[in-house]
Amino acid sequence: MNFAPPRFSLRFVPVWRRNFLVWKKLALPSVLGNLADPMLYMLGLGYGLGRLLPDVGGVPYLTFLAAGTVCYSTMNSATFETLYSGFSRMHVQKTWEAILNTPLNLDDLLMGEWVWAASKSLLSGLAILLVIWLLQLQESWLLTLWIVPVAFLIGLTFSGLGLIMTALSPSYDFFMYYFTLAITPMVLLCGVFYPTDQLPAFLQHVAAVLPLTHAIDIVRPLVLGHIPPGWAWHALVLFAYGALGFWLALVLTRRRLLR
Amino acid sequence: MAILSARGLGKRYGAAEVVKNLDLDLAPGQCLGLLGPNGAGKTTTLRLLLGLIEPDAGSVRVLGLPVPHAAREARIRIGVVPQMDNLDPDFTVRENLVAYGRYFGLDAATLAARIPALLDFAGLTARADARVPTLSGGMKRRLTLARALVNDPDLLFLDEPTTGLDPQARHVIWQGLRRLLGEGKTMLLTTHFMEEAERLCDRVVVLDHGRKIAEGAPRELIAQFIEPTVVEIHGDAAEAWAEARGRGACERLEQAGETWFCYTREGAALADSLAAEPGLRFLQRPSNLEDVFLKLTGRELRD
Repeated sequence: MNFAPPRFSLRFVPVWRRNFLVWKKLALPSVLGNLADPMLYMLGLGYGLGRLLPDVGGVPYLTFLAAGTVCYSTMNSATFETLYSGFSRMHVQKTWEAILNTPLNLDDLLMGEWVWAASKSLLSGLAILLVIWLLQLQESWLLTLWIVPVAFLIGLTFSGLGLIMTALSPSYDFFMYYFTLAITPMVLLCGVFYPTDQLPAFLQHVAAVLPLTHAIDIVRPLVLGHIPPGWAWHALVLFAYGALGFWLALVLTRRRLLR
Repeated sequence: MAILSARGLGKRYGAAEVVKNLDLDLAPGQCLGLLGPNGAGKTTTLRLLLGLIEPDAGSVRVLGLPVPHAAREARIRIGVVPQMDNLDPDFTVRENLVAYGRYFGLDAATLAARIPALLDFAGLTARADARVPTLSGGMKRRLTLARALVNDPDLLFLDEPTTGLDPQARHVIWQGLRRLLGEGKTMLLTTHFMEEAERLCDRVVVLDHGRKIAEGAPRELIAQFIEPTVVEIHGDAAEAWAEARGRGACERLEQAGETWFCYTREGAALADSLAAEPGLRFLQRPSNLEDVFLKLTGRELRD
């Protein structure tokens, strides 16, 4: 296997633009598909369950949930884009094959896919942020602006991890394993719906190493109006997950396509 | 000065040697055909020449550049028509050309200037804003060919460019390729349509099991390997005829299923004598590259 680290060049930009052009054509269904689900969870549970609950983590449940939903929505969008859309371009439409016949190499191509998926997922995070602003859930408007770069970072994290699955997948069905074994456990364990300190100790240890926990540890304080404790560490963990995921995805995709 | 040359090229996958000690040379303005049955190593050879995969042995120079080391620089000046259509189905004809042109670093102004001529070449000017799924198979292939020209390449790689097309569509592609050759483009063409290689290529290389087994101009290969006329004989009495008279009447006699292939220099005389026999049906024709190919690679199926 070729473990050479990714070579960076700006030639990835035309891949990003290609995906953006497709997205523009299909924007409405794509936006609805990405946003409706997390938004309904947030508003349905936030209002429905929120009335029955005392403050959670010291704030109304809807506010608590909104911060988690920004991260959850971004993760979902990055994951769907790299898994299903990425697999279509690689395996079904053979778009990657066409691109590899041009001056772009696989490093450029995957870099384009990685940055694209993060960009698209940023929109999903921003849509929830917009709802937060509309409902005036934030303490400090200015502080929530930090959520914009953080959401992009979260997008890079989960796009990098998603590309590994794409590189390994024989078919669309394979992705169910990733959702069942990775995405759904993170949604349920990492503090989207309740504070992780409610979990038994061993599950808290599991949650502490999962990337979604680190994402929420940055975003929730920003919504609640204070600077996240240890934000640099959390950001570093998120970036490490994304960058190492991207590297491994590149190694695996080289093995898959360039042999 | 060769525009493309490979020396001692080799590629193996596990125990299978897919390309073995292959030498290739292509002069500017020429068309070189790579012929071979399925699995002969044609596509792997193209991937090696494009620098997409590393050879296990040998060296490649394309457009004066060492490949795969300088593959990116080489590919800037190469156009590729792949075996399977991989156009962007979400895009229109024009958008396909624009998106592809950007991979070569072409800016919007250059593309805007170039695309009308490409649409005209592909006969798709009227369909410029049609989405790809609405195109016929022939139109898609023409668009794929136009897309391969977006960077105004010096060298074209065509991997079975007319496979799956009906005769009309195939002839249109051939006309387009002849026009490009007329304009001085250099081509490397893989095909298993012998007719295609005979029509387009100055020289052909026959590959089998990853090795070069013959090389030359199509006419030369036919003259070198095979008698000028073939008579294909079938019908109820064919077997009896072949046993009684076949060896004497033919310089070479081959059986494939119910049909006998009689290779001869005396086609007209043989045809006259066959016409007199009851229970025989036959077709007399000049031998072609396909006969050479079948002689060299055998008649058994390659799956």
